[in-house]
Amino acid sequence: MQAFVKNIAEENQYKATHLLRILHAIQAHYHYIPKPAIEQLASLLNIARTQIIGVIEFYSFFHLSPRGRYELLISDSITDHLLGKHALTDYLAIKLNVAVGEVRTDGLVSLDNTSCTGLCDQGPAGLVNGYALPHLDHARIDQISELINQQTPVALWPSQLFQVDDHIIKPGLLLNHPLTPGEALQSTFKRGLVATLAELDTSALRGRGGAGFKTASKWQYCRDEPENQRYVVCNADEGEPGTFKDRVLLNSYAQQVIEGMTVCAAIIGAQQGFLYLRGEYLFLYDKLQQVLVERRQQGLLGNNILNSGLDFDIDICLGAGAYICGEESALIESLEGKMGIPRNRPPYPVTQGYLGKPTVVNNVETFLAAAAIAHLGGDWFASIGTGQSKGTKILSISGDCAKPGIYEYAFGTPIETILNDCGAEELLGVQIGGPSGLFISDLELQRKLAFEDLATGGSFIIFNKHRNLLDIVNNFTRFFAHESCGFCTPCRVGTSLLKNQLAKIIDGHGSAGDVVALEELCVLVKNYSHCGLGQTAANPIISTLARFPELYQSRLKNISYEPGFDLDASLENARQLANRNDAAAHLTQVEQD
Amino acid sequence: MKTKIRIATTSLGGCFGCHMSLLDLDERLIPLAELIEFDRSPLTDIEHCTNCDIGLIEGGVCNSENVHVLREFRKNCKILVAVGACAITGGLPAMRNFIPLEECLAESYLRGIGVENAQIPNDLELPLLLDKVRPLHEVVKVDYFLPGCPPSAEVFWTFLNDLIAGREPSLPYECVHYD
Repeated sequence: MQAFVKNIAEENQYKATHLLRILHAIQAHYHYIPKPAIEQLASLLNIARTQIIGVIEFYSFFHLSPRGRYELLISDSITDHLLGKHALTDYLAIKLNVAVGEVRTDGLVSLDNTSCTGLCDQGPAGLVNGYALPHLDHARIDQISELINQQTPVALWPSQLFQVDDHIIKPGLLLNHPLTPGEALQSTFKRGLVATLAELDTSALRGRGGAGFKTASKWQYCRDEPENQRYVVCNADEGEPGTFKDRVLLNSYAQQVIEGMTVCAAIIGAQQGFLYLRGEYLFLYDKLQQVLVERRQQGLLGNNILNSGLDFDIDICLGAGAYICGEESALIESLEGKMGIPRNRPPYPVTQGYLGKPTVVNNVETFLAAAAIAHLGGDWFASIGTGQSKGTKILSISGDCAKPGIYEYAFGTPIETILNDCGAEELLGVQIGGPSGLFISDLELQRKLAFEDLATGGSFIIFNKHRNLLDIVNNFTRFFAHESCGFCTPCRVGTSLLKNQLAKIIDGHGSAGDVVALEELCVLVKNYSHCGLGQTAANPIISTLARFPELYQSRLKNISYEPGFDLDASLENARQLANRNDAAAHLTQVEQD
Repeated sequence: MKTKIRIATTSLGGCFGCHMSLLDLDERLIPLAELIEFDRSPLTDIEHCTNCDIGLIEGGVCNSENVHVLREFRKNCKILVAVGACAITGGLPAMRNFIPLEECLAESYLRGIGVENAQIPNDLELPLLLDKVRPLHEVVKVDYFLPGCPPSAEVFWTFLNDLIAGREPSLPYECVHYD
């Protein structure tokens, strides 16, 4: 083991910023991070061993105790639930003789849940040793179980098990016209950097991750910083449940995305870029590295790009299962090899980002659009859309519809049009922007896709009338409790309290005051949390309480109060230990008169 | 004479520290006694609550007897108050929530130093322990929470005077700021 760890540390030049890469390699090899490896790394990288343990415990894909040699994770996204995830997981557990959350006694296989894997249009989905498994069904589970029991290496599994489809159903302005590699850079150099930034300004492009900050301003601020070193970061940590457009863009439009990053580097004066790829998209890693190699060969990356004098190259960094790293300052922390805990802002990354240097962090789709604008100009893009939202938005549509997949719409498109296109029937409502977004009901279909009305990072989950709304809210609320980074109390404790209070109502233990208590809790978590995760964690409850109060009320008992847990059952252990079963050894759930 | 406000107090899984803190009102107890009288309380030896205006409870819910006492208070007190950290969160006794009950009892009654005739107590008179220590509000509806370990005499003074005067109680920052 010592030689193995030393080798990996050496390959990473003993850089502490490469800690995640090093841990990925160790985890892949040993199926956990052994204690001696931690000690050794601490001395090789010259960082505290507690810092390494902190990082291991922070990320879902690193473990301090052994996982199975085949580590199976099943996506716990609501979209997977809709497609029958629960029954399939049960079937898998029986087939492999391993309980969810456990490692089989022979150490061969472990099974657990994981947050959304970004395969919502082709679920239920899972991961085996990090590699995506779409379209899970009984037949595939039979096949997978057999491969595991025969100990076939994952690399030798039939490729059709790993076949992830793009499902581009409705391409638009951007998806219909991919650029030829180099086009945007040539136009940029020909027009001039300042003039290209002006075109970006004219286009009024806003960040596509959800927040909608004006891209030209972000680049301008970074360019204006009096520093020599600057960085470009592409945020491909697409963790919002129900979002998968970045996966498709990186699979089929990677050239253009990387070209967008390179244009950005030219404009702001960066030599180094990073593509932060979520760990769930490991299957794209080699392919993306290949794209980088090709671009270097074509003179589109590396030294003296297109003889312009620009030196710029890109590294791909893999995340390790942490939703919070989609927040830009948490992402930067993660890039630096640390726990993904959001920084205080300001200072914003444009002034102090990666290693304290000015850094532009943009979404995958933003770089895609920026490349197109650099080539075709700002007016071309600004000619469609609405007053404050120009151009198009690429949506990931999943849930109860005939044609889940990728759709591109001009801003301003009514929700009804989108639902008709994808074949949504008997609508209950749509979750727009993922769990952190908004649930709209079937009475709001004239609302529009736009920053000034319904802003979204691209997640669009459809629910029909046969779905139980509270189950959906429960799934989202549990998601946030799981993904809270634990840094600030309002979020760490608050998201768990939200989860428990909601469960109390759903389980039928709620009474009159419990919905009020839930509402108060929502306000507290929303107003006092440190970052966007906590500030939006109550949104699923808030937006559904406003629209469907009767659904919550219908679960309440007509008594003043009932405990949210089974009182008598909580005496069971004591009864067993004292060997008692008399009347005094029992409690009623509510007081009897 | 004006009817006095009737108050009941008890300690469930608590240390009586909150009661001691109430007594820290010192000379202010005298004017307070003009306004209130005690019902069931360690201070009176009354065994069961009758109709009260205010119930003050310290300590969390550890066992079945605590549940019965808590319910008696809820039933008989117009306003029920969780007093102190244990009543609000479970407090120190709740540290056992992370250890299986079986291990807790074994440590005390089977493996403890100096234990003779080791056995888990099973007398019918003894209340059984809940799996986990619970704060009051997870078992009954609680109207007010007085934070602190213990809440200072000032907290009791402010809170009771507000209630007696018919105001919505409000604790100033100094009363809930601990460092």
